[in-house]
Amino acid sequence: MALAEVKPEQVVFSEKLMKRIEELKSHFPEGKKKSALITVLHEVQDEHADWLSVPVMDRVAEVLGIKPIEVYEVVTFYSMYNQQPVGKYVFEFCRTSCCATRGVEDLMEYTCQKLGVGMNEVTADGMFQVKGVECLGACGYAPMLQLGDFYHEFLTKEKMDALIEDCRAGKVEKLSKV
Amino acid sequence: MGRKILTEHINVPGIQGYDAYRQHGGYRSVEKALKMAPNDIVEEVKKSGLRGRGGAGFPTGMKWSFIDKKSGRPRHLVCNADESEPGTFKDRYMMEKIPHLLVEGMITSSIALEANLSYIYIRGEYMWVYRILERAINEAYAKGWLGKNIQGSGYDLDLYVTCGAGAYICGEETALIESLEGKRGNPRIKPPFPAVVGLYGNPTVVNNVETIMDIPWIVMNGGEEFAKIGIGKSTGTKLISASGHIRKPGVYEIDLSISVEEFVMSDEYLGGMYSDRPLKACVPGGSSVPILPAELLFKTAKGEQRMMTYESMSDGGFATGSMIGSGGFIVYDDTTCVVRNTWNFARFYHHESCGQCSPCREGTGWMEKILYRLENGYGTQEDIDLLWDIQRKIEGNTICPLGDAAAWPVAAAIRHFRHEFEYHVRYPEKIKDRKHFEYEPWEKVKHLMGSKEAVAV
Repeated sequence: MALAEVKPEQVVFSEKLMKRIEELKSHFPEGKKKSALITVLHEVQDEHADWLSVPVMDRVAEVLGIKPIEVYEVVTFYSMYNQQPVGKYVFEFCRTSCCATRGVEDLMEYTCQKLGVGMNEVTADGMFQVKGVECLGACGYAPMLQLGDFYHEFLTKEKMDALIEDCRAGKVEKLSKV
Repeated sequence: MGRKILTEHINVPGIQGYDAYRQHGGYRSVEKALKMAPNDIVEEVKKSGLRGRGGAGFPTGMKWSFIDKKSGRPRHLVCNADESEPGTFKDRYMMEKIPHLLVEGMITSSIALEANLSYIYIRGEYMWVYRILERAINEAYAKGWLGKNIQGSGYDLDLYVTCGAGAYICGEETALIESLEGKRGNPRIKPPFPAVVGLYGNPTVVNNVETIMDIPWIVMNGGEEFAKIGIGKSTGTKLISASGHIRKPGVYEIDLSISVEEFVMSDEYLGGMYSDRPLKACVPGGSSVPILPAELLFKTAKGEQRMMTYESMSDGGFATGSMIGSGGFIVYDDTTCVVRNTWNFARFYHHESCGQCSPCREGTGWMEKILYRLENGYGTQEDIDLLWDIQRKIEGNTICPLGDAAAWPVAAAIRHFRHEFEYHVRYPEKIKDRKHFEYEPWEKVKHLMGSKEAVAV
């Protein structure tokens, strides 16, 4: 997928988001508002099609009163921030030891084949993407994947089929409520 | 049945909410702590012998007594809920099911440390748990357990939850502090320790979720009562996250006094092996600790019964022992390929290295590459020695323990399963056409390797 062009003037933070950012800033002492950055970036990413473009990051810097580079270096360090557009539903399979011993690799292959994509590719309709990530802390409930804010555990091929159908039907919730 | 300190009320309907939690004795430890002298609480925790449940096992009371109360600078308590050690999922289970226990523990512990601003730092992937904690904290504010002048005592405390964004390294306490300050999670050089210079340069204590959750019980029942459970210096109960090829994966609260054999085989706990295959190996304390082959799991090298305690688990040092670590108990059956599993861990550490120290940044990458080569049937005999050499050069040469954590699993795998690495080198054609983790049980192929099995290093 070609990198989407985002112009600075297109970046709009909703009133709800701005209110939430102010609330998060209030959790930290005066002069230490930068501490809110990591949480704020999650909220901003959720509101901007799950990825952070440079103009969006610049706006975050402005809102928190820090330099843009301070936002860039954080975004590039942490693996949950996307620096390019992603599929609407991203299946992030945990592929570390415990999930791997319980068959996650077969499941990833199956899902890729079913959707007709390779790992990390977005389907042509922009709906799905399959990723392998490192341990998500659900080792006893393996194999599992993360979709948005939620975990889907004890997966089987049948459950994958059902999950994909539910996504297509718009029945899957991605975000947990504030 | 063992004692249930943390999980006693976990299945009470509605315990996620304030009312049910309060009805079952919730927040009583705060009432009691507010009437105690803060240093007396620290003394109780010292007496309890409670050891940090995050992995290192450092005595909590001692850690608390190091906090600088003399300088007059503001103090902070930070709860480490960045649980990301592969094999560990106990904190998430607890926070999801009974969030108020963590909030209560944070308040009681903050009273002991005389901290007025505390944080819970949770990993970004647990976003729905973040919301659960946020709700619990809001309820606690509404009921007067947080904020100004708590329950009319004159003590003020603000508590907030904040999150990470996918970095294992932020479970290291100084990296966590950096991340909490809104920066990259690069660990700091110690000393100075966080107890003197921590969050915002102020004295700070960082404790694991489970450690904090033990505090209310200790305050209510006394440290001595806690110390009565367990054996020797392993006091109290411990949450164990069990996963892998077992019948009943999940989170278990155990007394630190049962045997490993009972834990794995009895129906009360793990219920034995899933699909009844023989047990091959076990990683008893999260991915960082040395893997133990079956013959060293139930019995130590001396032939004594191995117990689920800090001391017994590490009996024999790294040569024939392991560590209880964070309690991430992963069990493997005989179809598991140790080389593939070690490669899997090496990939994890390479991905999670922050890149600050070159032995770790470069070394984890090389270990991953060499293990990948071996795993896929392209390795040589020299690769095994090279791997050993690399892990030796990482261990102890980095700012934080991630380097050690990356080196140990590789060292232990070679130490105990060198024959499997050699098998990969000698029979690459057998390796190349198998699928993923599928592996011929060692019993079936060992005749190919001659009589000598394990080669001690």
